[in-house]
Amino acid sequence: MMLRAPKRVPRRVSPAGWLAGLLVVGAIAVLTPPRAAWAVDPTQLPDPALQARYSGLTHELRCMQCQNEAIADSPVDLAADLRREVRDMLLAGKSDEDVRNFMVARYGDFILFRPRFAPRTAWVWLAPGVLLLVGAFVSWRIVRQRTALVAQDNAPLEEDIRR
Amino acid sequence: MNRRMNRFALPMAVFVALVVVLAIGIKHSPNKGTIMSPLLGKAAPPFSLPNLADPAHVVSSAELKGRWYLFNVWGTWCGECRAEHEMLLQVRQSAVLPLIGLDWKDDDAQALAWLAQLGNPYEVVAVDRSGRTAIDWGVYGAPETFLVNPQGVVVFKHVGALTPEVWVRDILPRLPPRTAAKS
Repeated sequence: MMLRAPKRVPRRVSPAGWLAGLLVVGAIAVLTPPRAAWAVDPTQLPDPALQARYSGLTHELRCMQCQNEAIADSPVDLAADLRREVRDMLLAGKSDEDVRNFMVARYGDFILFRPRFAPRTAWVWLAPGVLLLVGAFVSWRIVRQRTALVAQDNAPLEEDIRR
Repeated sequence: MNRRMNRFALPMAVFVALVVVLAIGIKHSPNKGTIMSPLLGKAAPPFSLPNLADPAHVVSSAELKGRWYLFNVWGTWCGECRAEHEMLLQVRQSAVLPLIGLDWKDDDAQALAWLAQLGNPYEVVAVDRSGRTAIDWGVYGAPETFLVNPQGVVVFKHVGALTPEVWVRDILPRLPPRTAAKS
């Protein structure tokens, strides 16, 4: 005997079903706590301005172990150590630039998600602009060529009409 | 005629440029996972930490000046460190240069048990419980091994387990001929 898979009956979702689904999705979106509530880092600095700088810095420093995360979001031990370092430096009155210099001296440019503009990193910053210019030039040439073609194509037609 | 040439010249130029860029990438692929240490060619970061064998005493970088040494970052929580341990024991056996250990964010008792069980390749082990010294050295994953010269300058860094290949290819050639000949 041949076994046959049961035939799938396409089921239509009723309008009420759609509405219920939308309500559930909406409720999840509204009721879940904002992202900060899940943050791995509970550090609170005494001064709100300091806290803002701390948050900014820890979000722009790369976790070297899990390279696509900032140290602010990484649960890895090393990220916690680096956050502690940032906190201690800020509490000691160091500037944001001091903290960045400290990190770059130890881990290299790679630790900054927003690399500095230096001879070594210039191409990272300039490449998009250069590529955009190249693209603009190429499309400008194509448009110009096609426009010329259209003018040529129409010429005989216009002669015909005039005749 | 000129236009026809152009039509192929530009894509060809782009293609050649792409090949060059990718070729550079492929050529460097053995190190693609490792990040160039800014420490290379600079003075080894100073430290002063408790000695694992005798916590009352301090291991300090100042004492290490004047000779070549390998600075090896490890921990008992690190699987790759177990994998490289046999190689470390061979390095000790060769007596080419001393191994200085940095026990990174580890438990002293476990570290001592590990060395008692697997053998101790280190001349001395410094204990970095807070991880502060490891940050100074730019360590981001154990095991890492640094080659330091008598002037206290970091000459070479290897991320991952030390292997006979790395020893022969990267470490021995950097040592002065007389030291290396002993291996």
